Amino acid sequence: MMVGGQSYQTVGRGRPWTFYALAALFGLFLLFLYGPMLVIYILSFQGPDGGVTFPMVGTSLVWFEDILKPGQMANIPVSFGRSIALASIVSLLTVAISVAAGLAFRRRFPGSGVVFYLAVASLVMPSLLVGFGIGLGFRALDTKPSLFTSALGAQLTWTLPFGLFAMFAVVNRFNRAYEEAANDLGATAWQRLRHVTLPILLPGIIGVAMGAFTLSYDEYARTTLVIGERNTLPLEIYALISSATSPTLFAIGTITTGVSFLVIGLTLWRILRLQRRRAGAMPS
Amino acid sequence: MTVLPLAVAALPRLDRFASASRRLPPWLVSWLQVCPLAFVLVVLFALPTLLFVVVSFWDYDRTGIYPAFVLDNYRDLLTTPATIRVYLSSLVFAVIAWAITLFLGFNIAHFLIFHVRSAAVRTLLFLLCAIPFWTSGIIRTIAWIPFLGRNGAFNQIVMGLGLTSKPLDFLLFSSFAVIVTYVNLFTLLMVGPIANSMAKIDPALIEAARDAGASRWRIMVEVIIPLSKTGIALGSILVFTQVMGDFFVVKQMSGGQSASIVSTLATEIQAMQYPPAAASAVVLVIFVALMVAGMMRIVDVRKELVK
Repeated sequence: MMVGGQSYQTVGRGRPWTFYALAALFGLFLLFLYGPMLVIYILSFQGPDGGVTFPMVGTSLVWFEDILKPGQMANIPVSFGRSIALASIVSLLTVAISVAAGLAFRRRFPGSGVVFYLAVASLVMPSLLVGFGIGLGFRALDTKPSLFTSALGAQLTWTLPFGLFAMFAVVNRFNRAYEEAANDLGATAWQRLRHVTLPILLPGIIGVAMGAFTLSYDEYARTTLVIGERNTLPLEIYALISSATSPTLFAIGTITTGVSFLVIGLTLWRILRLQRRRAGAMPS
Repeated sequence: MTVLPLAVAALPRLDRFASASRRLPPWLVSWLQVCPLAFVLVVLFALPTLLFVVVSFWDYDRTGIYPAFVLDNYRDLLTTPATIRVYLSSLVFAVIAWAITLFLGFNIAHFLIFHVRSAAVRTLLFLLCAIPFWTSGIIRTIAWIPFLGRNGAFNQIVMGLGLTSKPLDFLLFSSFAVIVTYVNLFTLLMVGPIANSMAKIDPALIEAARDAGASRWRIMVEVIIPLSKTGIALGSILVFTQVMGDFFVVKQMSGGQSASIVSTLATEIQAMQYPPAAASAVVLVIFVALMVAGMMRIVDVRKELVK
């Protein structure tokens, strides 16, 4: 991860009181972070007669079954599929574009400042306004907004700056001596990229892919004005909030968080395995 | 739009790219590498932004919008008392959320970087903070409803402990709920940049300050805080802009008591009143840009990120 650094406490000396104060604060923060989410995961297993608050009246899976039944929730499974497809494409494009750009920013080039500040502006721009602008553009071109055109584009304005800044962190730690060694051994630029640079950056690149996937999968503010007629899952959930007052909404929340956790877990597992293999290959 | 012809011109050369690259000047290589990004940012971000700036000067009526150059949209917007009110209320939310996330973010980053001794534990704890950020903001927002509600988990705990006999009403659908949700959603945006800055502080500096007799407090004020200010500025920018651009949390958690700048704008968009919506968007962008520029004056963000 991004966080390195060293503890300045000398081992063996006792912990100062600030350690315990901050540890307590950190613990409370984690409780604050996860507590409400845990409540809705538990409530999504509410019994058929229970409501949207405690107490639990037995446990059941009826609220999950509700999602698959035809009716009010009919759009959930379809929109889930759309979200996965869109997130996969966004993730691929983000990796390809931001890895290339990350490599470009290793040297100063004319116009680098412009591109950098465009990325910063794109990141801090109020999300809905990005969708508004793109929507106006599509109107001006007399084109209907849709999932894989305007929505895809709106999401890229969000995932690309993240990908770029993540690549900065990855590239900063890259030791250029490896590339020089490849040059000295007669590698072409392509061989150097394919067999030296990319494999070394791979854990960071996998991280960018995951970040882009989850950001796209959960995005709603930039997408909502340019989605066209077929909603993604977050927009479908957004539309349901005001009408649904049963634990079904929590069941959807449990499933979509489960998907996010699965993606995060698989990614971390891959990165960890790569690093372990690398540590084994390089005698220190 | 200068990047597009450049990208097209580069295409036929891609097959010879490998052998020719050593002869390409380095800046050209960088240009080729960055041009897909520049293309996307220009076409999908810069041009659409320019478009709503243009549309903000257009005229409109009930049937459509018309190219023109009128300042009525701005005059109507800036002379409505509701505009000032909604900006003030968003600003108050932003300042409170900023202060709390800064306090939490700074202390958590400090704990992770300087107090946790093992790198593996530090990574694990950092991941615990970061994982919710990668899950749905909508779900994390509505997760507070069964927690804070009148019959919610928090009231049940408090009443179970005998701290109060009646359920607390101010918890949900109030400004309180909005702030709680902002802090829950955005604290990580503070922790990340500040921890990143702190991790770059040379431990020898702190050791030296201690050897010179500095107290823990003075080390904090005179060494750690000045050296973390880039992270503090970056985190502040992220939290501030997220709150100013929010429309979902305020709508969902305030129970209709507060409006946000963007939600009033969204109402106009839905009514197809694009020119006034665009004027409102331009004002918001200028407002946010001024605040961000003010914070950027404190630090050179680019130097920090790119090195």
